[in-house]
Parts: sequence; C-alpha cells; structure tokens
Amino acid sequence: MNLEFENELAEIEERIAELSKLDSSEYPQLNKDLGALRRKMKNLTKKIYDNLSPWDTVRIARHPDRPLFKDFIDGMCTEFIELHGDRRAGDDKALIGGFATIDKHRVMLIGMVKGRSVDEKVYHNFGMPNPEGYRKALRLMKLAEKYGLPIVCLVDTPAAYPGKEAEERGQAEAIARNLTEMANLEVPIVVVITGEGGSGGALGIAVGDAILMLRYAVYSVIPPEGCAAILWRDAEMAPQAADALKITADSLLELGIIDEIIDEPAGGAHRDPETTIQLTQTAVITALQRLKRQSPTRLRDNRYNKFARMGRVKKPRT
Amino acid sequence: MGWFTRSTAKKQQTEIPEGLFAVCPRCKAHIYKDEYENAFKVCSKCNYHERITAAERIRLIVDKGTFREFNAGIKPNDPLGFKDAKGTYQEKAESAIAKTGLHEAVVTGSGDIHGLRTTIAIMDFRFLGGSLASATGEKILLAAEHALRMKRALLIFSASGGARMHEGIVSLMQMAKTCAGIAKLDRAGLPYISIMTDPTYGGVSASYATVGDINIAEPGALIGFAGRRVIEQTIKEKLPDDFQTAEYLLDHGFLDAIVNRAELKEYLHSMLLYGLGKKV
Ligand SMILES: [Zn+2]
Repeated sequence: MNLEFENELAEIEERIAELSKLDSSEYPQLNKDLGALRRKMKNLTKKIYDNLSPWDTVRIARHPDRPLFKDFIDGMCTEFIELHGDRRAGDDKALIGGFATIDKHRVMLIGMVKGRSVDEKVYHNFGMPNPEGYRKALRLMKLAEKYGLPIVCLVDTPAAYPGKEAEERGQAEAIARNLTEMANLEVPIVVVITGEGGSGGALGIAVGDAILMLRYAVYSVIPPEGCAAILWRDAEMAPQAADALKITADSLLELGIIDEIIDEPAGGAHRDPETTIQLTQTAVITALQRLKRQSPTRLRDNRYNKFARMGRVKKPRT
Repeated sequence: MGWFTRSTAKKQQTEIPEGLFAVCPRCKAHIYKDEYENAFKVCSKCNYHERITAAERIRLIVDKGTFREFNAGIKPNDPLGFKDAKGTYQEKAESAIAKTGLHEAVVTGSGDIHGLRTTIAIMDFRFLGGSLASATGEKILLAAEHALRMKRALLIFSASGGARMHEGIVSLMQMAKTCAGIAKLDRAGLPYISIMTDPTYGGVSASYATVGDINIAEPGALIGFAGRRVIEQTIKEKLPDDFQTAEYLLDHGFLDAIVNRAELKEYLHSMLLYGLGKKV
C-alpha cells in the first residue's frame, strides 16, 4: 500500500522492478537507466520525506507495512519467552510481555500487538489494551525489578480500549496504578515509541528513563481526528489538529518529552523494516548500557526529575 | 415553542417569588435558597449533589480561617502556541481567568480539618472543564511535595473532563508527573485521600484520582476513563443508565465509600486519624 503523497515514488519503484527483470544483453542501456531511476528515486524520497506534514506522519505511523511489535521481537531478540496473564482476571492479547535477550542484555520486554491480517487484528483488539493488559505489564515490571532486569517497552497503540467491561474492571485505575508504580521502580526503563503513541493508553507503559521515538512515529494526547471533531467541530480538520497538537518526533524532542529520535531509513520504516529494527536495537542497547551504570535510587530520582520538569511552570513572584 | 406558550410558562414561574427558592437541577423541587446554600447545594428532596466551586469546597471542609492558599499565581502555560478554529488558547485561558476569578483549574493550599493541618488540592470544573494541563499538574505536584516536606496528609478533590487538549502532549505528561508525586508520598508512608466529584474523567481519573490510599466519591458523581458516547460508538450498544456513576463504581470495587457532602468533613477527619496513625 502506498500513501497518496508517495504515488510518484510507487511509480518509479514499479519501473525499477520492471527494468530489473530485463536482460542487459538485450538492453544495453539497462544499467544506465536503472542507475538514473534509482538516483531519481533517492532524491524524490528525500524531498518527500523532508517535507512531510504532521498529518502525513500520522498516516505513516499507521501504515500497514510498518514493523509491528512482533517484528521487533523477531528482529531484535535472540530469545523471547512470553509470560501470560495478570493473575487477576485474564490475559490481554493487545499488550504482551516476557523475558527477552537483546544482544547480551537480558530484559523484560513489553509492548502492544496490533496484528496484520484481519483475524490477527481482531484477536489482538487492534492493539487496544484492556485493564488486564496494564495489570499484566505491571506484574512483569515488578518481576523485572525483583530479578534486577531492565525493562524495555515498545509503544504502538491507538488507545486504551474504550469498552464497557474495560470501564467496569477499572481502565482508569489500571493506567493510573502503572504511572504511580513505574515512578517507584528501581531498574532502568527504556521506552520506544515505534508507531502510534495513543494518549493514556500509550503512557500506561511509557514512564521511562530513556524515551526514544522512531522518526515517523507520533505521540499525542488525543487522535487528531478526535481533537478536530471537538475543537474544529469537524473530523475532516484532522490535518490542522495534527499540526496544532505537535505530535511528531521533532516537536516532542523540542518540547523535552522524548530524549532521542531513532532515524528511519529513507522512505520510512514501511519501506525497510529490517534496517529500522536494526537501528532501534542499536539505540535500545546504547540506552541500556548507559542506564545500567546508574544506581537504583539515582535512576528513580532522575526519573522523578525528568517528569517533574515536563511542563514546568515558573512561579510568578509575589 | 411559540411566544404564547412561552409567556404562560413564564407566568407560572412568577407565581413563585423570585430569589427565594433554588430549583434542584435533577428533581426540579423548589428549596429555600438559604437552606440549599447551607446544605452546600445538596437537594433535600432527592440528595442530588450539585457541582460546587473550589471556594465553596474550602468552606465545606476546612476549619474557618485556616486555609492558606499557595502557588495561587501559577497560570496556564501555552507550550504549543495552540490555536484552533475559535482562536488562541491564550485568549481562551484569559477568558476563563476573567470568568472564574481563578488562575487554574485547581486551588492548592494548607488548611485544618478539625485541627489536623492538611495539604489540600481542589479542582474547579468551571475553569476549562477542570482540565489537566501543565500548570494544573505543576500545582498538584507542588502540593504533593509540600505534604511530603511537612509530613502531612494530602487530599485531592477531583473534578475534570480530562487532559487539556490545548497543551497536547505536555498535558498528557502531567498524568505521569502527578503520579510520581503520589508515589513519593506512598514511599514516605503519608496518607493520600482522593475524593472524586462530578465529573472525574480521562487524564485525571487515569492518574492521581484513582490511586488514593482511600478513594471516595460524592453520590451520583460520574467517574470513568472514556466518555459514555465514545464507548457507545465503539461497542455499538446502549449502556445502562447508572453506568459510570459513583454507585456503579462502588459496586465494581473501585471506591471505599460514597460519602454525602453533609458528612464529608467528619469522614475525612476520621480517615486522617487512621491514616496518620502514630503521627497524631
Ligand atoms: Zn432534587
């Protein structure tokens, strides 16, 4: 699938694919033409991706070919052992976690699963966790703390699920509990926003010491469509809302909400998932190495100060 | 409605001397205004608890003359330079300040509850729907730090539609920020009592409001994560009438008690005595 601002790219891609099938003995110009097309492709990709609007970025963050949590698990970990259940009510299918080995680091890896096929999407509730997901995540984080393992959270969710049973089982309390308990944890927490950072549903596993974000991921208090429907009284104004809400990695870095942007290959993660996953792995390892040197109390104090600084308002002189 | 029916409706109303009665928003009973005000806007007929302001809440809970507000000058920040179809966030905030006489959606300070000095934060729904934003979060964090420094209990009265969109991601982060403050109190063994009033939603219910040592609510208060309409649109089902009421939450295990406004001060005083344990 290509997004409309990528149409021209898709055409060139197609022509490259066609030419590549030809034999250079029958077509002496082949290599020259292919080279020219590839250069054109490269320049055009850069031009398009250097000028993306925040709304374009939303579209990329939701792209069906974008690497999902399971792709990151496969690409980043030599081992992943899923641990199920919140020990209270159930086993959430949208938010999963378990022991994982990333390079030489044994960690607790937690993240949202969206699924690719229709069946998978339904099974994983489109990556929208219920309270059981947040409670399972907290159970695993506490276990990580007990075993002295760092925590790595990969965030990609449209939202916490707004359902009847979710409310009855305390969706708000489950998220609030995580925010409170994560502030107390004495092991390093590395967070990567890989796709959609959907409001409280994302934040519920995103109180980190290092908060990384892929170049074309988004992170927002409300989906642009929802904001547009309320403040513009028209969901069609989503591009304007996306602009006003400052949801791109660049804006978030500037606002001091995230610590680092992980670059995506030219043309976005959906064109080259392997490289994206590799770059993510490298960034996670670097963050782990840095944070593992800090004492448990230092980690906790730094985390407190990090969040206390967000949106700090100067006291007026009285 | 035509002008004729409208004028008869008016005529019926004027039979009741104006200014003497308050009309209950729920059961429409006429109650002597003095009686209604003395009951802090609780209907004596149906026990409806009308929303009250932070100032009224202080009069209800705090010993007379003991409330000392702090950080009153903290005003909304505009970290995004936000503008929507109707204008700038700055203008919106200025008009909220002018309309309510408040500088933010929360009033914080210190006050006595039957002689027990306590740190108190009270949200006021009139100020931009009690929304949580950077200055709101900052004042709540400072209140938590104050309680910690003074080794006192913290009370937070919530009333909020959720996070303030106009400050985008910075508003969202106030959820983590305020909870970090609550976590510190927790580690220090200091009591934190959360009182949820109508309404408590979104970014406030999913942060400090639901993680009190004691969570209580006023009768009939609506409390939830997502709004009723959003849920109904998602599940394509009609929700029960009492969905997300305090009574519904009590039934599902998320509240310690529902407390009538008339008994609230006594209740909080008891809780503080237990909470402070050996410290008093
Ligand atoms: Zn009534």
